[in-house]
Amino acid sequence: MALSINDACVNCWACLPLCPSDAITANLDGATHFAIDAKKCTECDGDYASPQCASICPIEGAILDAGGEALNPPGSLTGIPPELLEQAMAEIQAR
Amino acid sequence: MELKVLGQSNSGSAAAPTESGCSKSACGSTSDQMDQLPESIREKVKNHPCYSEEAHHYYARMHVAVAPACNIQCHYCNRKYDCANESRPGVVSELLSPDQAVKKVMAVAANIPQMTVLGVAGPGDPLANPERTFETFRQLTEKAPDIKLCVSTNGLSLPEQVEELSKHNIDHVTITINCVDPEIGAKIYPWVFWQNRRIRGAKGAKILIEQQQKGLEMLIERGILVKVNSVMIPGVNDKHLVEVSKIVKSKGAFLHNVMPLIAEAEHGTFYGVMGQRGPNAKELSALQDECAGDMNMMRHCRQCRADAVGLLGEDRGAEFTLDKIEGMEIDYAAAMEKRAEVHAQIEAHRAEQAAEAAAEDANPLGDLPADLRPVLMAVATQGQGIVNQHFGHAKEFLVYEASPAGVRFIGHRKAEQYCSGDDTCGEGESTLDITIRSLEGCEAVICSKVGYSPWEKLEAAGIIPNGEYAMEPIEDAVVGVYRGMYESGALSEASGQLIA
Ligand code: SF4
Ligand code: SF4
Repeated sequence: MALSINDACVNCWACLPLCPSDAITANLDGATHFAIDAKKCTECDGDYASPQCASICPIEGAILDAGGEALNPPGSLTGIPPELLEQAMAEIQAR
Repeated sequence: MELKVLGQSNSGSAAAPTESGCSKSACGSTSDQMDQLPESIREKVKNHPCYSEEAHHYYARMHVAVAPACNIQCHYCNRKYDCANESRPGVVSELLSPDQAVKKVMAVAANIPQMTVLGVAGPGDPLANPERTFETFRQLTEKAPDIKLCVSTNGLSLPEQVEELSKHNIDHVTITINCVDPEIGAKIYPWVFWQNRRIRGAKGAKILIEQQQKGLEMLIERGILVKVNSVMIPGVNDKHLVEVSKIVKSKGAFLHNVMPLIAEAEHGTFYGVMGQRGPNAKELSALQDECAGDMNMMRHCRQCRADAVGLLGEDRGAEFTLDKIEGMEIDYAAAMEKRAEVHAQIEAHRAEQAAEAAAEDANPLGDLPADLRPVLMAVATQGQGIVNQHFGHAKEFLVYEASPAGVRFIGHRKAEQYCSGDDTCGEGESTLDITIRSLEGCEAVICSKVGYSPWEKLEAAGIIPNGEYAMEPIEDAVVGVYRGMYESGALSEASGQLIA
Protein backbone atom coordinates (compact mmCIF):
# COMPACT_ATOMS: atom_id res chain seq x y z
CA MET A 1 0.00 0.00 0.00
CA ALA A 2 1.90 2.99 -1.22
CA LEU A 3 1.61 5.95 -3.56
CA SER A 4 4.23 6.96 -6.11
CA ILE A 5 5.35 10.10 -7.95
CA ASN A 6 6.09 10.13 -11.67
CA ASP A 7 8.01 12.48 -13.94
CA ALA A 8 5.11 14.91 -14.28
CA CYS A 9 6.27 16.23 -10.90
CA VAL A 10 7.63 19.79 -11.11
CA ASN A 11 9.67 19.62 -7.89
CA CYS A 12 7.63 22.21 -6.08
CA TRP A 13 8.31 20.86 -2.58
CA ALA A 14 4.71 21.22 -1.48
CA CYS A 15 4.23 17.56 -0.59
CA LEU A 16 7.47 16.87 1.23
CA PRO A 17 6.94 18.66 4.55
CA LEU A 18 3.38 17.33 4.83
CA CYS A 19 4.18 13.62 4.78
CA PRO A 20 3.56 12.11 8.24
CA SER A 21 5.75 9.10 7.39
CA ASP A 22 8.80 10.94 6.11
CA ALA A 23 8.43 8.92 2.92
CA ILE A 24 9.07 11.65 0.34
CA THR A 25 12.52 12.53 -0.96
CA ALA A 26 13.49 15.55 -3.03
CA ASN A 27 15.10 15.46 -6.45
CA LEU A 28 18.49 14.67 -4.98
CA ASP A 29 21.44 12.90 -6.59
CA GLY A 30 20.45 13.62 -10.13
CA ALA A 31 16.85 12.46 -9.80
CA THR A 32 14.65 14.69 -11.94
CA HIS A 33 11.64 14.55 -9.67
CA PHE A 34 10.48 13.83 -6.14
CA ALA A 35 9.92 10.24 -5.05
CA ILE A 36 8.00 8.26 -2.45
CA ASP A 37 9.67 5.48 -0.51
CA ALA A 38 7.16 2.64 -0.89
CA LYS A 39 8.37 1.00 2.29
CA LYS A 40 7.60 4.08 4.36
CA CYS A 41 4.40 5.36 2.72
CA THR A 42 1.25 4.51 4.69
CA GLU A 43 -1.10 6.40 2.35
CA CYS A 44 -1.53 8.55 5.44
CA ASP A 45 -3.77 5.89 6.94
CA GLY A 46 -4.41 6.68 10.58
CA ASP A 47 -2.94 10.18 10.30
CA TYR A 48 -5.19 12.00 7.83
CA ALA A 49 -8.46 11.47 6.04
CA SER A 50 -6.76 11.92 2.66
CA PRO A 51 -3.21 11.30 1.47
CA GLN A 52 -1.43 14.60 2.11
CA CYS A 53 0.86 14.56 -0.91
CA ALA A 54 -2.01 14.03 -3.31
CA SER A 55 -4.09 16.66 -1.52
CA ILE A 56 -1.66 19.51 -2.11
CA CYS A 57 0.10 18.45 -5.32
CA PRO A 58 -0.78 21.02 -8.02
CA ILE A 59 0.12 18.78 -10.95
CA GLU A 60 -2.48 16.49 -12.47
CA GLY A 61 -1.25 12.97 -12.95
CA ALA A 62 1.94 13.33 -10.88
CA ILE A 63 0.85 11.16 -7.95
CA LEU A 64 -0.34 7.61 -8.54
CA ASP A 65 -2.10 5.13 -6.27
CA ALA A 66 -0.86 1.58 -5.65
CA GLY A 67 -2.60 0.47 -8.84
CA GLY A 68 -0.89 3.13 -10.96
CA GLU A 69 -4.03 5.30 -11.31
CA ALA A 70 -3.62 9.09 -11.12
CA LEU A 71 -5.11 10.44 -7.89
CA ASN A 72 -5.59 13.80 -9.56
CA PRO A 73 -6.70 12.95 -13.10
CA PRO A 74 -6.55 15.44 -16.02
CA GLY A 75 -8.85 18.40 -15.48
CA SER A 76 -9.41 17.71 -11.79
CA LEU A 77 -7.13 20.45 -10.46
CA THR A 78 -7.02 23.15 -13.10
CA GLY A 79 -10.63 22.79 -14.22
CA ILE A 80 -9.45 22.82 -17.84
CA PRO A 81 -11.36 20.15 -19.81
CA PRO A 82 -8.63 17.76 -21.06
CA GLU A 83 -9.89 17.86 -24.66
CA LEU A 84 -9.68 21.64 -24.70
CA LEU A 85 -6.17 21.61 -23.33
CA GLU A 86 -5.11 19.08 -25.96
CA GLN A 87 -6.73 21.10 -28.68
CA ALA A 88 -5.05 24.32 -27.53
CA MET A 89 -1.67 22.63 -27.30
CA ALA A 90 -2.07 21.05 -30.75
CA GLU A 91 -2.92 24.46 -32.20
CA ILE A 92 0.12 26.01 -30.60
CA GLN A 93 2.39 23.27 -31.89
CA ALA A 94 0.99 23.64 -35.40
CA ARG A 95 2.00 27.33 -35.52
CA MET B 1 31.14 44.93 -14.12
CA GLU B 2 29.59 48.12 -15.27
CA LEU B 3 27.64 49.90 -12.62
CA LYS B 4 24.71 52.05 -13.26
CA VAL B 5 25.49 55.27 -11.51
CA LEU B 6 23.15 58.12 -10.97
CA GLY B 7 22.73 60.48 -13.86
CA GLN B 8 24.92 58.43 -16.12
CA SER B 9 23.49 56.54 -19.02
CA ASN B 10 25.13 53.26 -19.82
CA SER B 11 23.71 53.00 -23.29
CA GLY B 12 27.25 52.44 -24.52
CA SER B 13 27.17 48.86 -23.34
CA ALA B 14 25.44 46.26 -25.44
CA ALA B 15 24.09 44.57 -22.34
CA ALA B 16 22.85 47.82 -20.89
CA PRO B 17 19.50 47.58 -19.22
CA THR B 18 16.68 49.59 -20.64
CA GLU B 19 16.46 52.61 -18.52
CA SER B 20 12.95 53.57 -17.67
CA GLY B 21 12.18 57.12 -17.16
CA CYS B 22 9.59 59.76 -16.92
CA SER B 23 9.61 63.44 -16.24
CA LYS B 24 10.91 64.34 -12.86
CA SER B 25 8.07 66.51 -11.77
CA ALA B 26 5.22 64.70 -13.48
CA CYS B 27 6.08 61.40 -11.92
CA GLY B 28 7.81 62.56 -8.79
CA SER B 29 7.24 65.46 -6.51
CA THR B 30 3.95 66.54 -8.00
CA SER B 31 2.63 62.99 -8.10
CA ASP B 32 -0.61 62.82 -6.20
CA GLN B 33 0.10 59.27 -5.17
CA MET B 34 2.56 59.73 -2.34
CA ASP B 35 1.33 63.14 -1.31
CA GLN B 36 -1.82 61.76 0.21
CA LEU B 37 -0.02 59.38 2.54
CA PRO B 38 0.61 60.13 6.19
CA GLU B 39 4.17 61.26 6.89
CA SER B 40 5.10 58.07 8.76
CA ILE B 41 4.18 55.87 5.79
CA ARG B 42 5.70 58.21 3.26
CA GLU B 43 8.98 58.05 5.12
CA LYS B 44 8.89 54.26 5.00
CA VAL B 45 8.16 53.90 1.31
CA LYS B 46 9.97 56.85 -0.14
CA ASN B 47 13.00 54.81 -1.22
CA HIS B 48 11.05 51.77 -2.26
CA PRO B 49 11.22 51.34 -6.03
CA CYS B 50 8.03 49.34 -6.18
CA TYR B 51 5.93 51.74 -4.14
CA SER B 52 7.18 55.18 -5.03
CA GLU B 53 6.87 56.24 -8.65
CA GLU B 54 9.71 58.67 -8.27
CA ALA B 55 12.03 56.32 -6.36
CA HIS B 56 12.01 53.75 -9.13
CA HIS B 57 14.26 55.99 -11.19
CA TYR B 58 16.93 55.82 -8.55
CA TYR B 59 16.63 52.66 -6.53
CA ALA B 60 16.53 49.02 -7.52
CA ARG B 61 14.85 45.95 -6.10
CA MET B 62 15.43 42.27 -6.49
CA HIS B 63 13.48 39.13 -5.84
CA VAL B 64 14.82 35.73 -4.96
CA ALA B 65 13.02 32.50 -5.73
CA VAL B 66 13.27 30.53 -2.52
CA ALA B 67 9.62 29.58 -2.11
CA PRO B 68 8.54 26.86 -4.55
CA ALA B 69 5.47 25.43 -2.82
CA CYS B 70 2.00 26.87 -3.06
CA ASN B 71 -1.14 26.23 -1.07
CA ILE B 72 -3.75 27.43 -3.54
CA GLN B 73 -4.39 27.27 -7.28
CA CYS B 74 -5.19 30.41 -9.26
CA HIS B 75 -6.72 30.27 -12.71
CA TYR B 76 -4.04 32.61 -14.08
CA CYS B 77 -1.14 30.46 -12.93
CA ASN B 78 0.33 27.25 -14.30
CA ARG B 79 2.73 25.55 -11.92
CA LYS B 80 4.34 23.66 -14.76
CA TYR B 81 5.49 26.71 -16.58
CA ASP B 82 9.07 27.77 -16.29
CA CYS B 83 10.41 29.73 -19.18
CA ALA B 84 13.12 32.37 -19.35
CA ASN B 85 11.06 34.38 -21.82
CA GLU B 86 8.17 34.65 -19.47
CA SER B 87 7.46 37.89 -17.75
CA ARG B 88 4.38 37.07 -15.75
CA PRO B 89 4.65 37.43 -12.00
CA GLY B 90 5.42 34.25 -10.17
CA VAL B 91 7.29 32.62 -13.01
CA VAL B 92 10.93 32.02 -12.23
CA SER B 93 13.78 30.07 -13.64
CA GLU B 94 16.15 29.36 -10.78
CA LEU B 95 15.09 27.97 -7.42
CA LEU B 96 17.55 28.94 -4.68
CA SER B 97 18.20 27.52 -1.24
CA PRO B 98 18.16 30.17 1.53
CA ASP B 99 21.97 30.11 1.66
CA GLN B 100 22.27 30.59 -2.08
CA ALA B 101 19.67 33.36 -1.99
CA VAL B 102 21.54 35.21 0.74
CA LYS B 103 24.76 34.95 -1.24
CA LYS B 104 23.06 36.23 -4.37
CA VAL B 105 21.46 39.17 -2.56
CA MET B 106 24.77 40.21 -1.06
CA ALA B 107 26.53 39.90 -4.41
CA VAL B 108 23.91 42.08 -6.08
CA ALA B 109 23.85 44.60 -3.22
CA ALA B 110 27.63 44.92 -3.39
CA ASN B 111 27.58 45.48 -7.16
CA ILE B 112 24.39 47.50 -7.54
CA PRO B 113 24.48 49.97 -4.67
CA GLN B 114 21.05 51.24 -5.71
CA MET B 115 19.52 47.92 -4.67
CA THR B 116 17.52 48.70 -1.55
CA VAL B 117 14.77 46.12 -1.46
CA LEU B 118 14.75 42.34 -1.39
CA GLY B 119 11.48 40.59 -1.96
CA VAL B 120 10.42 37.00 -1.68
CA ALA B 121 7.52 36.44 -4.02
CA GLY B 122 7.60 32.96 -5.42
CA PRO B 123 7.46 30.89 -7.50
CA GLY B 124 4.95 29.54 -4.99
CA ASP B 125 3.71 31.36 -1.92
CA PRO B 126 6.45 32.57 0.47
CA LEU B 127 4.31 31.86 3.51
CA ALA B 128 3.58 28.33 2.34
CA ASN B 129 7.38 27.86 2.61
CA PRO B 130 7.93 29.48 6.01
CA GLU B 131 11.25 27.80 6.86
CA ARG B 132 12.91 28.78 3.59
CA THR B 133 11.48 32.29 3.52
CA PHE B 134 12.24 33.11 7.14
CA GLU B 135 15.72 31.57 7.05
CA THR B 136 16.51 33.93 4.15
CA PHE B 137 15.15 36.92 6.05
CA ARG B 138 16.90 35.96 9.29
CA GLN B 139 20.32 35.75 7.64
CA LEU B 140 19.86 38.96 5.69
CA THR B 141 18.70 40.96 8.70
CA GLU B 142 21.96 39.95 10.31
CA LYS B 143 24.38 40.19 7.39
CA ALA B 144 22.94 43.01 5.29
CA PRO B 145 20.99 45.26 7.64
CA ASP B 146 20.80 48.05 5.05
CA ILE B 147 18.45 46.06 2.82
CA LYS B 148 14.70 46.30 3.28
CA LEU B 149 12.77 43.08 3.22
CA CYS B 150 9.35 42.52 1.77
CA VAL B 151 7.13 39.60 1.01
CA SER B 152 4.15 38.93 -1.27
CA THR B 153 1.53 36.39 -0.37
CA ASN B 154 -1.85 35.04 -1.35
CA GLY B 155 -2.80 35.45 2.31
CA LEU B 156 -3.96 31.91 3.12
CA SER B 157 -1.28 31.31 5.77
CA LEU B 158 -0.88 34.95 6.67
CA PRO B 159 -2.66 35.02 10.06
CA GLU B 160 -0.51 32.21 11.45
CA GLN B 161 2.70 33.85 10.15
CA VAL B 162 2.11 37.45 11.20
CA GLU B 163 3.89 36.94 14.53
CA GLU B 164 6.97 35.52 12.82
CA LEU B 165 6.87 38.26 10.17
CA SER B 166 6.89 40.99 12.80
CA LYS B 167 9.96 39.40 14.44
CA HIS B 168 11.93 39.74 11.24
CA ASN B 169 11.21 43.42 11.15
CA ILE B 170 9.60 43.26 7.74
CA ASP B 171 7.69 46.44 7.17
CA HIS B 172 6.17 45.75 3.75
CA VAL B 173 3.77 42.94 2.94
CA THR B 174 1.89 42.60 -0.34
CA ILE B 175 -1.32 40.57 -0.33
CA THR B 176 -2.93 39.59 -3.62
CA ILE B 177 -6.64 40.08 -3.08
CA ASN B 178 -8.78 39.50 -6.14
CA CYS B 179 -12.18 39.39 -4.47
CA VAL B 180 -14.14 39.56 -1.23
CA ASP B 181 -17.05 37.46 -2.51
CA PRO B 182 -16.66 33.64 -2.41
CA GLU B 183 -18.86 33.21 -5.50
CA ILE B 184 -16.50 35.39 -7.50
CA GLY B 185 -13.57 33.68 -5.78
CA ALA B 186 -14.78 30.32 -7.05
CA LYS B 187 -14.24 31.63 -10.60
CA ILE B 188 -10.64 32.57 -9.79
CA TYR B 189 -9.45 29.90 -7.34
CA PRO B 190 -10.39 26.29 -8.14
CA TRP B 191 -9.05 25.05 -4.78
CA VAL B 192 -7.13 25.85 -1.62
CA PHE B 193 -5.23 23.47 0.66
CA TRP B 194 -6.52 24.11 4.15
CA GLN B 195 -6.15 22.12 7.33
CA ASN B 196 -4.83 19.05 5.54
CA ARG B 197 -7.54 18.94 2.91
CA ARG B 198 -8.00 20.22 -0.62
CA ILE B 199 -11.10 22.39 -0.52
CA ARG B 200 -12.73 23.33 -3.79
CA GLY B 201 -15.00 26.01 -5.17
CA ALA B 202 -16.72 28.76 -3.19
CA LYS B 203 -16.04 26.97 0.08
CA GLY B 204 -12.29 27.12 -0.51
CA ALA B 205 -12.49 30.70 -1.79
CA LYS B 206 -14.41 31.71 1.34
CA ILE B 207 -11.60 30.41 3.56
CA LEU B 208 -9.00 32.22 1.48
CA ILE B 209 -10.95 35.51 1.61
CA GLU B 210 -11.40 35.26 5.39
CA GLN B 211 -7.72 34.54 5.93
CA GLN B 212 -6.68 37.42 3.66
CA GLN B 213 -8.87 39.91 5.46
CA LYS B 214 -7.82 38.64 8.88
CA GLY B 215 -4.15 38.76 7.90
CA LEU B 216 -4.57 42.30 6.56
CA GLU B 217 -6.11 43.44 9.85
CA MET B 218 -3.42 41.73 11.93
CA LEU B 219 -0.60 43.36 9.95
CA ILE B 220 -2.16 46.80 10.25
CA GLU B 221 -2.59 46.30 14.02
CA ARG B 222 1.13 45.65 14.26
CA GLY B 223 2.04 48.68 12.21
CA ILE B 224 3.29 46.69 9.22
CA LEU B 225 2.65 48.36 5.86
CA VAL B 226 0.31 46.46 3.56
CA LYS B 227 -0.02 46.85 -0.18
CA VAL B 228 -2.82 45.05 -1.97
CA ASN B 229 -2.38 43.66 -5.48
CA SER B 230 -5.39 42.71 -7.59
CA VAL B 231 -5.52 41.06 -10.97
CA MET B 232 -8.21 42.60 -13.17
CA ILE B 233 -10.13 39.84 -14.93
CA PRO B 234 -12.77 41.28 -17.28
CA GLY B 235 -16.20 39.79 -16.68
CA VAL B 236 -15.05 38.07 -13.48
CA ASN B 237 -13.91 40.65 -10.93
CA ASP B 238 -13.50 43.92 -12.82
CA LYS B 239 -16.51 45.72 -11.32
CA HIS B 240 -16.03 43.97 -8.00
CA LEU B 241 -12.52 45.40 -7.56
CA VAL B 242 -14.00 48.82 -6.80
CA GLU B 243 -15.54 47.27 -3.68
CA VAL B 244 -12.31 45.43 -2.87
CA SER B 245 -10.49 48.75 -3.06
CA LYS B 246 -12.94 50.39 -0.63
CA ILE B 247 -12.68 47.56 1.86
CA VAL B 248 -8.91 47.22 1.90
CA LYS B 249 -8.52 50.96 2.19
CA SER B 250 -10.92 51.18 5.10
CA LYS B 251 -8.84 48.53 6.83
CA GLY B 252 -5.65 50.51 6.34
CA ALA B 253 -3.84 49.18 3.24
CA PHE B 254 -1.69 52.03 1.94
CA LEU B 255 -1.62 51.18 -1.76
CA HIS B 256 -3.80 49.25 -4.17
CA ASN B 257 -2.19 48.01 -7.34
CA VAL B 258 -4.58 46.81 -10.06
CA MET B 259 -2.73 44.71 -12.61
CA PRO B 260 -4.07 43.43 -15.92
CA LEU B 261 -4.66 39.71 -16.38
CA ILE B 262 -2.17 38.26 -18.84
CA ALA B 263 -3.64 35.13 -20.39
CA GLU B 264 -2.39 33.29 -23.46
CA ALA B 265 -3.23 29.74 -24.47
CA GLU B 266 0.48 28.87 -24.57
CA HIS B 267 0.78 29.58 -20.86
CA GLY B 268 -1.43 26.55 -20.29
CA THR B 269 -3.40 28.37 -17.60
CA PHE B 270 -7.13 27.93 -17.14
CA TYR B 271 -7.80 31.48 -18.33
CA GLY B 272 -5.36 31.11 -21.21
CA VAL B 273 -6.84 27.88 -22.52
CA MET B 274 -10.45 28.90 -21.90
CA GLY B 275 -9.98 32.10 -23.88
CA GLN B 276 -10.50 34.50 -20.98
CA ARG B 277 -9.22 37.85 -22.21
CA GLY B 278 -7.22 40.39 -20.29
CA PRO B 279 -8.28 44.04 -20.07
CA ASN B 280 -7.12 46.53 -22.67
CA ALA B 281 -5.16 49.58 -21.57
CA LYS B 282 -8.25 51.78 -21.59
CA GLU B 283 -10.28 49.43 -19.38
CA LEU B 284 -7.39 49.06 -16.96
CA SER B 285 -6.89 52.80 -16.76
CA ALA B 286 -10.62 53.39 -16.23
CA LEU B 287 -10.74 50.90 -13.36
CA GLN B 288 -7.59 52.37 -11.82
CA ASP B 289 -9.22 55.79 -11.97
CA GLU B 290 -12.39 54.47 -10.39
CA CYS B 291 -10.45 52.90 -7.54
CA ALA B 292 -8.19 55.93 -7.20
CA GLY B 293 -11.06 57.99 -5.86
CA ASP B 294 -10.87 55.70 -2.87
CA MET B 295 -7.20 55.27 -2.26
CA ASN B 296 -3.68 55.58 -3.48
CA MET B 297 -3.28 53.66 -6.68
CA MET B 298 -0.06 52.43 -8.08
CA ARG B 299 0.30 52.90 -11.80
CA HIS B 300 3.89 52.17 -12.63
CA CYS B 301 3.99 48.44 -11.81
CA ARG B 302 5.39 46.44 -14.70
CA GLN B 303 4.66 43.06 -13.18
CA CYS B 304 8.28 42.21 -12.76
CA ARG B 305 9.39 38.61 -12.80
CA ALA B 306 9.64 36.99 -9.40
CA ASP B 307 13.39 36.58 -9.79
CA ALA B 308 14.06 39.95 -11.42
CA VAL B 309 17.15 41.98 -10.53
CA GLY B 310 17.56 45.68 -11.10
CA LEU B 311 15.62 48.89 -11.51
CA LEU B 312 11.95 48.55 -12.43
CA GLY B 313 11.58 47.54 -16.04
CA GLU B 314 15.04 46.03 -16.33
CA ASP B 315 16.46 42.67 -15.44
CA ARG B 316 20.15 42.18 -14.79
CA GLY B 317 19.62 38.72 -13.39
CA ALA B 318 21.93 37.17 -16.00
CA GLU B 319 24.89 38.87 -14.32
CA PHE B 320 24.19 37.06 -11.08
CA THR B 321 23.59 33.42 -11.86
CA LEU B 322 24.68 30.87 -9.29
CA ASP B 323 27.97 29.98 -10.96
CA LYS B 324 28.83 33.65 -11.43
CA ILE B 325 28.22 34.60 -7.79
CA GLU B 326 30.13 31.52 -6.67
CA GLY B 327 33.32 33.15 -7.94
CA MET B 328 32.61 36.60 -6.47
CA GLU B 329 34.46 37.77 -3.39
CA ILE B 330 32.22 40.05 -1.40
CA ASP B 331 33.45 42.38 1.29
CA TYR B 332 30.07 43.42 2.55
CA ALA B 333 31.34 45.86 5.16
CA ALA B 334 33.09 47.81 2.40
CA ALA B 335 30.09 47.43 0.12
CA MET B 336 27.83 48.85 2.80
CA GLU B 337 29.96 51.99 3.03
CA LYS B 338 29.89 52.40 -0.72
CA ARG B 339 26.13 51.85 -0.69
CA ALA B 340 25.65 54.50 1.98
CA GLU B 341 27.66 56.95 -0.15
CA VAL B 342 25.65 56.23 -3.27
CA HIS B 343 22.39 56.55 -1.35
CA ALA B 344 23.52 59.91 0.03
CA GLN B 345 24.32 61.11 -3.52
CA ILE B 346 20.94 59.95 -4.72
CA GLU B 347 19.20 61.71 -1.86
CA ALA B 348 21.08 64.94 -2.57
CA HIS B 349 20.08 64.69 -6.23
CA ARG B 350 16.45 63.97 -5.38
CA ALA B 351 16.32 66.91 -2.97
CA GLU B 352 17.69 69.15 -5.73
CA GLN B 353 15.09 67.90 -8.19
CA ALA B 354 12.32 68.44 -5.68
CA ALA B 355 13.52 71.98 -4.98
CA GLU B 356 13.70 72.72 -8.71
CA ALA B 357 10.23 71.39 -9.26
CA ALA B 358 8.90 73.50 -6.41
CA ALA B 359 10.62 76.57 -7.82
CA GLU B 360 9.13 76.02 -11.27
CA ASP B 361 5.73 77.36 -12.16
CA ALA B 362 3.43 74.98 -10.32
CA ASN B 363 1.11 74.41 -13.26
CA PRO B 364 2.37 75.25 -16.74
CA LEU B 365 -1.15 74.88 -18.19
CA GLY B 366 -2.91 76.86 -15.46
CA ASP B 367 -3.64 79.77 -17.80
CA LEU B 368 -5.86 77.70 -20.14
CA PRO B 369 -9.67 77.60 -19.75
CA ALA B 370 -10.44 75.13 -16.96
CA ASP B 371 -13.09 73.22 -18.92
CA LEU B 372 -10.81 71.90 -21.69
CA ARG B 373 -10.91 68.14 -21.97
CA PRO B 374 -7.91 66.13 -20.79
CA VAL B 375 -5.74 64.40 -23.42
CA LEU B 376 -3.62 61.27 -23.09
CA MET B 377 -0.22 61.28 -24.77
CA ALA B 378 2.34 58.53 -25.15
CA VAL B 379 6.03 59.37 -24.83
CA ALA B 380 9.04 57.38 -26.05
CA THR B 381 12.03 57.80 -23.75
CA GLN B 382 15.17 55.98 -22.66
CA GLY B 383 15.23 57.77 -19.33
CA GLN B 384 16.55 60.97 -17.77
CA GLY B 385 13.09 62.46 -18.16
CA ILE B 386 13.62 63.58 -21.75
CA VAL B 387 12.13 62.71 -25.13
CA ASN B 388 15.04 60.72 -26.50
CA GLN B 389 13.75 57.62 -28.20
CA HIS B 390 12.82 56.76 -31.76
CA PHE B 391 9.22 55.56 -32.07
CA GLY B 392 10.31 52.26 -33.58
CA HIS B 393 12.84 51.56 -30.83
CA ALA B 394 10.52 52.07 -27.89
CA LYS B 395 9.90 48.97 -25.80
CA GLU B 396 7.30 50.82 -23.85
CA PHE B 397 5.62 54.17 -23.80
CA LEU B 398 4.97 56.37 -20.81
CA VAL B 399 1.47 57.75 -20.84
CA TYR B 400 0.76 61.24 -19.55
CA GLU B 401 -2.47 63.11 -19.18
CA ALA B 402 -2.45 66.81 -19.99
CA SER B 403 -5.29 69.05 -18.89
CA PRO B 404 -5.69 72.60 -17.59
CA ALA B 405 -5.03 71.07 -14.15
CA GLY B 406 -1.50 70.17 -15.24
CA VAL B 407 0.42 67.14 -16.45
CA ARG B 408 0.17 63.83 -14.66
CA PHE B 409 1.76 60.46 -15.20
CA ILE B 410 -0.81 57.75 -15.91
CA GLY B 411 1.11 54.55 -16.58
CA HIS B 412 3.04 52.44 -19.03
CA ARG B 413 2.04 50.77 -22.27
CA LYS B 414 4.19 47.96 -23.61
CA ALA B 415 5.12 48.22 -27.27
CA GLU B 416 5.97 45.61 -29.82
CA GLN B 417 9.32 46.56 -31.24
CA TYR B 418 9.03 46.47 -34.95
CA CYS B 419 12.18 48.27 -35.94
CA SER B 420 15.25 46.10 -35.90
CA GLY B 421 17.78 48.87 -35.61
CA ASP B 422 18.26 50.93 -38.76
CA ASP B 423 16.47 54.20 -39.17
CA THR B 424 14.27 53.41 -42.09
CA CYS B 425 11.58 51.60 -40.17
CA GLY B 426 9.59 50.39 -43.11
CA GLU B 427 9.05 46.77 -42.22
CA GLY B 428 7.24 44.66 -39.74
CA GLU B 429 3.87 46.26 -40.23
CA SER B 430 1.91 43.80 -38.17
CA THR B 431 3.80 44.47 -34.94
CA LEU B 432 3.27 48.13 -35.69
CA ASP B 433 -0.46 47.48 -35.69
CA ILE B 434 -0.16 45.84 -32.28
CA THR B 435 1.77 48.80 -30.93
CA ILE B 436 -0.80 51.21 -32.29
CA ARG B 437 -3.53 49.19 -30.64
CA SER B 438 -1.68 49.35 -27.33
CA LEU B 439 -1.74 53.13 -27.62
CA GLU B 440 -5.52 53.21 -27.76
CA GLY B 441 -6.94 56.24 -26.01
CA CYS B 442 -3.82 58.34 -26.65
CA GLU B 443 -4.21 61.26 -29.04
CA ALA B 444 -0.54 61.98 -29.55
CA VAL B 445 2.73 60.13 -29.44
CA ILE B 446 5.85 62.14 -28.67
CA CYS B 447 9.20 60.71 -29.69
CA SER B 448 12.56 61.82 -31.06
CA LYS B 449 11.79 60.54 -34.54
CA VAL B 450 9.09 58.61 -36.43
CA GLY B 451 9.42 56.83 -39.73
CA TYR B 452 7.18 57.71 -42.66
CA SER B 453 5.05 54.60 -42.72
CA PRO B 454 4.30 54.47 -38.98
CA TRP B 455 3.54 58.19 -39.20
CA GLU B 456 0.76 57.54 -41.68
CA LYS B 457 -0.59 54.62 -39.71
CA LEU B 458 -0.57 56.57 -36.47
CA GLU B 459 -2.45 59.43 -38.07
CA ALA B 460 -4.96 57.02 -39.55
CA ALA B 461 -5.52 55.63 -36.03
CA GLY B 462 -6.20 59.11 -34.70
CA ILE B 463 -2.87 59.42 -32.90
CA ILE B 464 -0.85 62.45 -33.91
CA PRO B 465 2.88 61.68 -34.05
CA ASN B 466 5.19 64.42 -32.85
CA GLY B 467 8.96 64.51 -33.29
CA GLU B 468 9.47 68.20 -32.52
CA TYR B 469 10.58 67.79 -28.94
CA ALA B 470 13.61 65.54 -29.33
CA MET B 471 15.96 65.87 -26.36
CA GLU B 472 13.58 68.15 -24.48
CA PRO B 473 12.08 67.41 -21.05
CA ILE B 474 8.99 65.22 -21.26
CA GLU B 475 6.82 67.59 -19.33
CA ASP B 476 7.71 70.52 -21.58
CA ALA B 477 6.87 68.38 -24.60
CA VAL B 478 3.49 67.31 -23.23
CA VAL B 479 2.69 70.91 -22.30
CA GLY B 480 3.76 72.07 -25.76
CA VAL B 481 1.66 69.51 -27.61
CA TYR B 482 -1.39 70.27 -25.46
CA ARG B 483 -1.02 73.99 -26.09
CA GLY B 484 -0.69 73.28 -29.80
CA MET B 485 -3.90 71.28 -29.73
CA TYR B 486 -5.64 74.09 -27.86
CA GLU B 487 -4.47 76.71 -30.31
CA SER B 488 -5.51 74.66 -33.33
CA GLY B 489 -8.95 74.14 -31.84
CA ALA B 490 -8.51 70.40 -31.43
CA LEU B 491 -9.55 70.55 -27.78
CA SER B 492 -12.96 72.00 -28.45
CA GLU B 493 -13.95 69.02 -30.58
CA ALA B 494 -15.75 66.27 -28.77
CA SER B 495 -13.64 63.17 -28.39
CA GLY B 496 -14.95 59.66 -28.26
CA GLN B 497 -11.68 58.50 -26.75
CA LEU B 498 -11.95 60.48 -23.60
CA ILE B 499 -11.13 58.52 -20.48
CA ALA B 500 -12.88 59.94 -17.47
S1 SF4 C 1 0.41 9.20 0.98
FE1 SF4 C 1 0.89 10.12 2.94
S2 SF4 C 1 2.45 8.77 3.76
FE2 SF4 C 1 2.38 8.30 1.59
S3 SF4 C 1 3.89 9.65 0.69
FE3 SF4 C 1 1.94 10.73 0.57
S4 SF4 C 1 1.95 12.00 2.38
FE4 SF4 C 1 3.52 10.42 2.73
S1 SF4 D 1 3.59 18.31 -4.74
FE1 SF4 D 1 3.51 17.16 -6.67
S2 SF4 D 1 4.68 18.40 -8.10
FE2 SF4 D 1 5.17 19.16 -6.06
S3 SF4 D 1 7.02 18.04 -5.50
FE3 SF4 D 1 5.31 16.88 -4.70
S4 SF4 D 1 4.80 15.41 -6.32
FE4 SF4 D 1 6.11 16.94 -7.23
